Amino acid sequence: MKWIATALLIVLLLLLPFFAGDFYINLASQILIAAIFALSLNLLVGYGGMTSLGHASYLGVAAYISALLTSRYGLGHGPAALLSILGTTAMAAFFGVIALRATGLGFLMITLALSQVLWGLAYRMSGVTNGDNGIAGLTRPAPLGIQLDSAASFYWFALVVALFAFLMLAIFVLSSFGSSLKGVRDQPRRMAALGFNPWMIRWLTFVYAGFWGGVSGLLYVYYNKYIHPTSLSTTSSAEALLGVIAGGSGTLSGPAVGAALVLLLKNYASAYIERWNMLLGLVFLFIVLVMPTGIVPGLSRLMAELRRGPR
Amino acid sequence: MTPDYALEVVNLTKAFGGLVVTQGVSLAIRPGERRLIIGPNGAGKTTLFHQISGDLRPNSGQIRLFGTDITQLTPYKRAHFGLSRTYQIITLFTGDTLQHNVTLGLLGLRSARWQMWRPLSHYGDLAIEARRTLDAVGLLHLADHPVSDIAYGEKRRVELAMALAQNPRVLLLDEPLAGLSNTERSQIKSLIASIPRETTVIMIEHDMDTALDLAETVTLLNYGRVIVDGDRDTVIADERTREVYLGA
Repeated sequence: MKWIATALLIVLLLLLPFFAGDFYINLASQILIAAIFALSLNLLVGYGGMTSLGHASYLGVAAYISALLTSRYGLGHGPAALLSILGTTAMAAFFGVIALRATGLGFLMITLALSQVLWGLAYRMSGVTNGDNGIAGLTRPAPLGIQLDSAASFYWFALVVALFAFLMLAIFVLSSFGSSLKGVRDQPRRMAALGFNPWMIRWLTFVYAGFWGGVSGLLYVYYNKYIHPTSLSTTSSAEALLGVIAGGSGTLSGPAVGAALVLLLKNYASAYIERWNMLLGLVFLFIVLVMPTGIVPGLSRLMAELRRGPR
Repeated sequence: MTPDYALEVVNLTKAFGGLVVTQGVSLAIRPGERRLIIGPNGAGKTTLFHQISGDLRPNSGQIRLFGTDITQLTPYKRAHFGLSRTYQIITLFTGDTLQHNVTLGLLGLRSARWQMWRPLSHYGDLAIEARRTLDAVGLLHLADHPVSDIAYGEKRRVELAMALAQNPRVLLLDEPLAGLSNTERSQIKSLIASIPRETTVIMIEHDMDTALDLAETVTLLNYGRVIVDGDRDTVIADERTREVYLGA
């Protein structure tokens, strides 16, 4: 049943460009990118119990590295992408050492501070980053000679990457390391007494989350063909965190659903309502009150109750 | 050459601010020994366990496991040296099944715990061993139930199973009988009695009727000091034990 539903959803997603207009295809591409970003953040928040308010750092830095290497240094997209992911992952390794000196609120504050440093640099180091003007006039890559300039082709590209990311993270969560991670989230002391190294488990997860954050950043800059310091801002981190929590942290599909919700409200509702932020707030209030564990766990509980019938 | 002692504690001292909770405690426990640690509330028994397992760092003194100084080692490294423990306050993974709980105990000592690309469910040997351990503590029929579903007495047995699964050289049991009914006590008692002699067992327990049967040697702690230490019958007969612990 679950497999059939998943297969059906994938087919539907693959066929989307045949029955949707460019506006919706582009919206779907953005949702896919936001979903990968939210999935990577969920590794920390949901499975690791490490609430980060600085995850935009990885999206932003990967995007900036790729933008600078291709536009300023004339590198091809292949090596630029490789260097960008490598650089972002290395940064995550370094930031992890700093942030994981603390847990809980302390961890959150350090991640926030580190991301603010990067945001400030992107704004102020205008010699390198072009400051508030951002870096424009970027191009999309052409993997295997396939041009990604049309809405549909880019969407398919993003979909393939997103499905791969989803698969990899699903495997990660089900793996024995995933069990180590969830154990350290729930009972760090017990896990240490059993022979697990909590710090190393958290750090490796932090680095892996940084890697996937970098992947989403690459897609982000390919899609927009432009990068601006706001992508490194706390707002960007907080939106993703809201998506993860609203969709259901610690579930596989929750963050994707939450990310879709945030993007739909932001891009779609804002065309009709000027104060879309207020609408976003109301929607979150509703979720927190009605389904405090998030949309996906909330809905599956509702389904289970409906199946059981009225009492 | 095997060392004379499984666990040696030498002149261990720990203070929280002005409150000295462990004052120059020394213990020497032989391989395979069954040692009972008794003492009134606040005597520093659990604090001593925390220092042996590495959850707390002593201010001074030394802890040796089979001759190796482990005083500065982190808790997880001590586990790899063959030290396991249970907790006075039940510390389980409540949302997970019993089998998963025991599997974590097994996984902790294996390199598979770092494996990111292979599902845990593909490790058939882990599943078999986890279920065998659950069988040994009489909980196989509940293997697929989440811990939150089972009764308190059963949780105590899972607590024990997680440690036993690790096949430790030295096992620290912190009040394994706490809060149990008479029937449950005798179940746990026979479980502890069946632990193989390769494992040295050190136990904190208040239930003297049950615990004394299991013990060969007894240490009496009070105000963080060792008051009496030695052979079971000698310690029980000692005047000071009567005074401090058993009551007149």
